[in-house]
Formats: sequence, structure tokens, C-alpha cells
Amino acid sequence: MPGQIQDSAATEPVRRRESAFAIGLRQILRKRSSRIALVILATIVLVGALAPLIAPYDPAAQPDIVALKNLPPSLAHPFGTDPYSRDVLSRVIYGARLSLTIGLLATWVSLTLGVFYGAVAGYAGGLVDGVMMRLLDALLAIPRLLLLLGILVAWPQFSVGALILFLGLTGWFGLSRIVRGQVLALKHAEFVTAAHALGASQWRILVRHLLPNLISPIVVAATLGVAHVIVLEAGLSYLGIGVPPPLASWGNIIQDGSDQVATLWWMSLFPGLFMVLTVMTLNVLGEALRDAYDRR
Amino acid sequence: MAPLLSIRDLKTYFYTEAGVARSVDGVSFDIGQGETVGIVGESGCGKSVTALSILRLIQPPGRIEPGSRIEFEGKDLVTLGDEEMRHIRGNRISMIFQEPMSALNPVFSVGDQVAEVARIHAGLSKRKAFDRAVETLALTGMPAPEERAKQYPHQLSGGMRQRVLIAMALIMKPALVIADEPTTALDVTIQAQILDLLVHLQKEFGTSILMITHDLGVIAETTSRVIVMYAGEVVEEASVDELFAHPHHPYTEGLIHSMPHIGHDQERLNVIPGTVPAPTNWPHGCRFRERCPYSWDLPEREHPPLYDVGVNHTSRCHLAIEPERRNQPHPPLVVVEGVGAA
Amino acid sequence: MLRYLSRRLAQAAVIVAFVAAISFALIHLAPGDPFSAIMDNPNVSETVRQTLRAQYGFDRPLPEQFVRYIGRLAHGDLGWSFSHDRTVVEVLGSALPNTLLLMGVALIGSFALGIFVALVQVARRESVTDHALSGVTLVLFSMPDFWFAILVLLVFTYWIPIFPVGGAVDPVTHEYMTLGARIADRLRHLVLPALTLTVLAVGTVARYQRAALIDVLPADYIRTARLKGLTERDILRRHALRNALLPVISLIGLSFPALLTGAFFIEKIFAWPGMGLAVVNAIGTRDYPLVVGGVIIGSIMVTLGSLLADMLYAWADPRLRGH
Repeated sequence: MPGQIQDSAATEPVRRRESAFAIGLRQILRKRSSRIALVILATIVLVGALAPLIAPYDPAAQPDIVALKNLPPSLAHPFGTDPYSRDVLSRVIYGARLSLTIGLLATWVSLTLGVFYGAVAGYAGGLVDGVMMRLLDALLAIPRLLLLLGILVAWPQFSVGALILFLGLTGWFGLSRIVRGQVLALKHAEFVTAAHALGASQWRILVRHLLPNLISPIVVAATLGVAHVIVLEAGLSYLGIGVPPPLASWGNIIQDGSDQVATLWWMSLFPGLFMVLTVMTLNVLGEALRDAYDRR
Repeated sequence: MAPLLSIRDLKTYFYTEAGVARSVDGVSFDIGQGETVGIVGESGCGKSVTALSILRLIQPPGRIEPGSRIEFEGKDLVTLGDEEMRHIRGNRISMIFQEPMSALNPVFSVGDQVAEVARIHAGLSKRKAFDRAVETLALTGMPAPEERAKQYPHQLSGGMRQRVLIAMALIMKPALVIADEPTTALDVTIQAQILDLLVHLQKEFGTSILMITHDLGVIAETTSRVIVMYAGEVVEEASVDELFAHPHHPYTEGLIHSMPHIGHDQERLNVIPGTVPAPTNWPHGCRFRERCPYSWDLPEREHPPLYDVGVNHTSRCHLAIEPERRNQPHPPLVVVEGVGAA
Repeated sequence: MLRYLSRRLAQAAVIVAFVAAISFALIHLAPGDPFSAIMDNPNVSETVRQTLRAQYGFDRPLPEQFVRYIGRLAHGDLGWSFSHDRTVVEVLGSALPNTLLLMGVALIGSFALGIFVALVQVARRESVTDHALSGVTLVLFSMPDFWFAILVLLVFTYWIPIFPVGGAVDPVTHEYMTLGARIADRLRHLVLPALTLTVLAVGTVARYQRAALIDVLPADYIRTARLKGLTERDILRRHALRNALLPVISLIGLSFPALLTGAFFIEKIFAWPGMGLAVVNAIGTRDYPLVVGGVIIGSIMVTLGSLLADMLYAWADPRLRGH
């Protein structure tokens, strides 16, 4: 990468070239708020990962649907129980596992689509690019929740896998516009022309030169994207067309208690708190990363 | 008669991550009533920071060090309260900047921006202040001032924008106007017009002007007395005629030699080798030593004081006590050792 | 200006046309046809089934269906809502004013409050107040709409019952009230949902405005303002804010999707009879035409919102005005 080596040599003569991940990590660890966010997020991820070991009860077990239903928080059930006598704490713990998994996988789908679509549009240029961008404008004009309603309502029933796919399918528009911009800018950059002149293949140019420049917007979009998907999934589950019951996701737990919000307040409060904490830490980290990359 | 402005031992330091930048490091000079004084020096010599210090516009991490004194109309501006200082800015002392485009607020009409000064300091109504702004714009030679006043900065040419800034600086008839490179961003023909305008207005209003520039040509055209700054210090001070006829400090000599002479077919400009050292790390001894063609062991050991070298002529150079060294020039250290970017 | 406006209008029209095409794709990408649930529903009469089949012409070739579909949309025909037994346009049309009222109040409220909060923060930059407010706006920014609405409902209608539980008016007594009492009744019902949506949107506005203000503070013209002898307060409120408002005007356009989504949840939770409540209830009844109608109307609102913001921007920035 002749152009890039020159570039980094001019700005950082001593330090050797670091990966975008290393730069991001080092920058965000400088800020106290990001360190706290990282610790909280790691804890929640750990809780989700170790759910079977931590959860005091089976999240699906309905031990006594008459005597043990709708219990307010107590020592035996710190987050209370739901109308089916299930332990809310255990469901919240398993909910962390499901909500985070959905967030990660759906974002993975979005990133793949976003990079692909943006790269194709930017590289193709001309009429193809024009049509692809107008389509993108339209997709961006449809509020994501509404688009998901339009898709999901048509399906009589669907699995968690399908939900992840649909969440991913509706989350790539913003990123692909950034990717296209980067591709367009780099297409005419000198070092790409130079690589062309040296006989490098199109594919090689794309991978070797574009991807390193795309890492930072992708990392930022991924972090904020996971937060967004978690909120969306919860909202859809709350509306009854998200994660199919009886699986426990944070939105599902709130939905289970939504008929009696006033009496079953613990069913809304606790899963929501976990959700806010997760989303907040992801937002803090995402913004810290964006600042870190912007400052470079 | 006491001078209008009297600066004594002004130190303005910036507390940066790289260390303490001693951008202005013990500067003293006076400006008399109605006098035009120039400060000349390369960028980074501390001339702009001196100007901003007079108006107390130094933002953290910079600060004016205790012990510095800036006396103006009987008040010490260093210790003056914020509210009183505010009444001086734009009213008794005003300033004209280098970049007239970015110095004007893009979302207000230029007339409003000039009028604002009169509204704050003279308590004029919006309407009266605007009329006064139009009058002042007319004084600066702004064509069709009435219409121009309603326009926005982006609709004016560079020269007109500079006239707006001058109107803004003069609307309150201040005692002192600081002009920081007022013509650098302009075309050559406009430059001459603006300088003529400043000289003309100075005569008409009796305003004192502090002209800050890197261009000795501007100094020769507009000022009566010159202060040469280098590395945060005053290195030479004299009347304009004296300075050009008998420059004493090797730095001043270098500046004069590097001026392009119209009519002379110069092979190349004589540029002073090297650059101004970093303000976080001024060299000990004479700060110009490494770039100086005469330096010897004394400047290396001892920081030179300001010597009297003539009538109202001072110079911070040890040549004042060993003048015969001027006959033995040698390549400066930066050239010999390749220090800095020669 | 006129040329800019017509170009922007043409752009908006293209976007809406693409949205229509996307909605057609939604209908046809579903397994079988999206009305299978309706078709199997014993409560749906045979006439409705016939109407639906004819309307969407599922027996015809796809291109023909597409042309017919777009043609109907162009005539303002969004189809038939069987759960309401009215046209989708009638259902959404009667609900739209309530949604616009909710969004309008929240838009104005959140921008006014958000700009104020940012001004307070920037005036005391890096102080305890600034950091505390940054924390609050971050929490608001990260809060799922529906969860916050549930909490507000819980606290202000059940635990401290000072507001009505839901609806736009009192269902029993409203008809018998005097005009003044009716207005008061409406306002009493509006306060809680509108405030909830406002508070949810404040976080974004305040964070955006704070960043925009901090961005313009190093500008040369701020130094000029200081040089003129303006107070720090006037510098911030007049010179900095006036410039830093420009990016926030763009935010108006960008915030429409979030406001609309927020309104959907809030209408559901506070039983506010708007477009969102109609569409969300259509999920339960599988009233697909109504959902797709909501998608189209919602997208048009977003498109018009961003058009409005762009026009406002062009008017507010003298560098664009008159060009």
C-alpha cells in the first residue's frame, strides 16, 4: 500500500501502523465513561453467556400456576413472578442471552448487506449507482419499525431465525450510504490508480485498499446497530410480533405483564432497566469510537 | 504626557500537553496618543498573542502571568474586572483581523454586525445604530453603503469585508486600534487601498494604531516606530527611518535583506536560514543564536539584555558590546549542523 | 430558491414512488398471499374476500398487478380495512390529526427544551451541571420508547393518579360538557402522551445542539463578538446559537422517523386514537391493508418532514437564501 504507508509515515513517524481495532480500543479506554461502560457491558454479556449457571430457576418452568403466579419481588424471587408463575429474574437473565444474540446476529446481517450494496453502488457508478441510491432514499424514508411491521404482519408465524434475518434486512441502509461514499472517494484516490497501473486486479484493489478504510465506520455502525436492534426487537416483541413466546426476551417479559401494568410493575421495570443499561453502554462506546476515529 | 498604552514585562504562557509554551516572554513597550507603532516578526514570534493579551482574549490553556502590566488610560488591563474589560473592548480598544471572511458572522447582515458595537457601547436603538453603521461604512469608502449594509458577508468581496471590519473597529472612535495582518489575505491593489484608508482614518480620528505584520513593507508605509519581535521577546525597537537605515539586531538585518526590492533583479530572496524554535523550548542564551551569522560564545552563555544602541534605539544583541564581530560573519549553526528546516 | 425547491419536490416524488414499489414488493414477497389469514378468518364475509381478491388481482400477471396497484395509489386508494369495515384512507385519515397533534407538540416541545438544555450546558461547559445533564440526555437518548411510556403511565395514572389513563377525551362525560370543559378535557388527556414523546425526543436534540454549539465556539467570528465587548451570554445566545441552529434544523427532518415510531408506541400505551393505534391494533387483527397503508402514509410524512426541514434550512441560512 504505497499511498498509505507514506501517509502514516508523515503523521506518525515513530509509532508503527496499528490496526483500527487497536486504535479504537486504546482511544476509548482513555475515557472514564467508556471504561465504566465496557465493564457494565462485559458483565451483562457474561450474565447472558452463563445464564444456565446463574439463573436460579428454569425460565420456562411453571411450578404452580395458581399459588406462585404474580408474586411481587421477594427473597425467593427478587424480580417477582409472572402470570404463569415463572421466575422473572431467571427470564431476564435468559432474556439477556437472547436479546444480545439477536442484536449481534442481526447486525452481522446488516453489515454484510450494507458493505456489499454500498461497495457495488460506489464501484459501479453511473446509472446503476443512481437507481440504487434512489432506492436507498426510499428505504430510509420508511421508518424501520413500520417497515418491519409491513414485513412481519404478512407472515402468519416465524422463527427467531427469521426475525433475526428481517431485523438484519432492515438495518443496513445508513451504513451502505457511508460505504458508497468511501468507495467513491477511494476509487479516484491516487494510490488506487497506481495499483491499477501496476496491474492489480479489481478484486484485489477492493479488498486491499477499501476494507482498511471502511473498518472504522463499520465498527461504529456495528456498535450503535446492536443497540438499535435490541430496542427494536423489544418493541416488536412488546407489540406481539417479535420473539415467539414462550421464549424469554426482554421485550417478551414486558409484553407478558403489559395487560396488568399497574399490578405487575416488576415485569416492566426490571427487564427494561437491563435493556436501558445495555443500550446506554453500547451508545457510549459507539460514540467514543466515532470520536476516536474522527480525531485521527 | 503619559503614553496611551504602556506594557511592562508582559508574559503570556500556554500550559499545553507538550509543556509550557512561553509565547510572549517579558515584552515591554509604549504607544503614544495618536501614534502608529508596528510590531514585526515571523509567525510564531508572539506578535499576535501580544495583541490578544492587550484585549485579554487569551483562552485557556493560555493565561497572562501575574506580574505582567498593561496600563491603558490609567487602568491596569491585566487586573481589570471582566465587566470593565468588556466596556473597553470594541469601545476604547478595537481590533482588525487578518481573515475578514471568517471574522464576520455568516448569518447576520454586515450592517447589523457593525451596528451591534454601537448598540452595546453607546446604548443606541437598533435603528439609530444601523444608521450610524451605514455612516461609518461610508467613511471606510464602502460603495453604496446603504445597500451593502443589508447584505451578508458572503455577498461582499474581500476588500469590502475588510472595510466592514474596519468600520466595526472605528464606529466607537476608539483610542487604540490593533490591526493584525489587516491586508495579508487581500489582493495587492486592495492591500494598498486598505493601508491608505487606515492611515487616513488614523489622521482623521487621532486614533493610535498598533500594526502587527510580518511584512516590513507595510511597516514602512504606515508606521512611525517599529518593534521587532523574535521568540516571544522584543529584540529591537527604533523609529522606522532609523531601523531601515541602521538595523542593529542580526534578525532585523535578515528581515530587511529578505524584503523583495522592486526594480532589482534579484537572483533569489535572502531568506533567514532555519525557523523560529518551539515556544515550549526556547534556546538558552540568545534565542536567535542558532540562526545568527555572528554568534560566538557570549550569546551562548548569556541571554542578551536590551542595549541602548542609539537615540531611542534598543537592541537585544551582544554585538552592542563587541561591534567588531559584525565584520566576521560565518555560516549559522542551523546551516552547519542542519538543525531545523533550512 | 425556486429551482432548489422544485428539484427537492421532484426528489420527494421519486422517493414516494419508490416507497409505493417497496410496499408492492412487501405484499408479494409474503408467503402465499398476505390475505391468507384473512381468507381463513370465518368472520370475514365472502363479499370482503371478493373485494380483496379483485383489489389486489392475485390471479393476474405480476406486471399488470403492479401497474394497477400504483394506479390505485395515485388515486389515493389505499385499499379496504376489513377490521374497520371502511377504506384505509378513511381510517387513517380520521386518526391522522391526532397523531399530527401529538407529534407537533412533541416536536416543538423537544426542540425548545433540548436547545435550552444545551445552552445551559455549554454556558457551564465541563461543570458538574454539564456532566449531570449529559448523563440525563444520554439516558433519555437510550431509552426504549415503549418502556418509558409504560413507566410514565404507571407512575402518573396509577401510583400518583393525576392524569387520565388514556384516550383523547373522557369516554363517558365528554359529550355532556360545555365547550370550555371539552377543551380542558382534551388538554388533560393530551398532556401525558405529549410530554412523554417530548421527553423521549429531548435527549437527541440536546446532545446534537450541545455538540453543534461546541463546534462553532472556536470560530473566528465568536472571537470577533468577544472583541466587540459582548457578554459571554450574548455571544452564546446570539452569535453561537444562531449558527449552531443550522445543523439542528437538519435534525428536524432526521427526527421524523423516530418521532413517528415513538408516537406509535405512545398511542398504543395511552390509547391515544391516532394512526399508530390504528396500525398497531391492525397487527392483532391481521388487517394487512391497514398496516401497508400505515407504512405508506408514515413514509410520506417522513419525506414531507425532511422536505420541510430542508426548506427551513434554506430560509434560515443567508448563504442559501436567494440562490
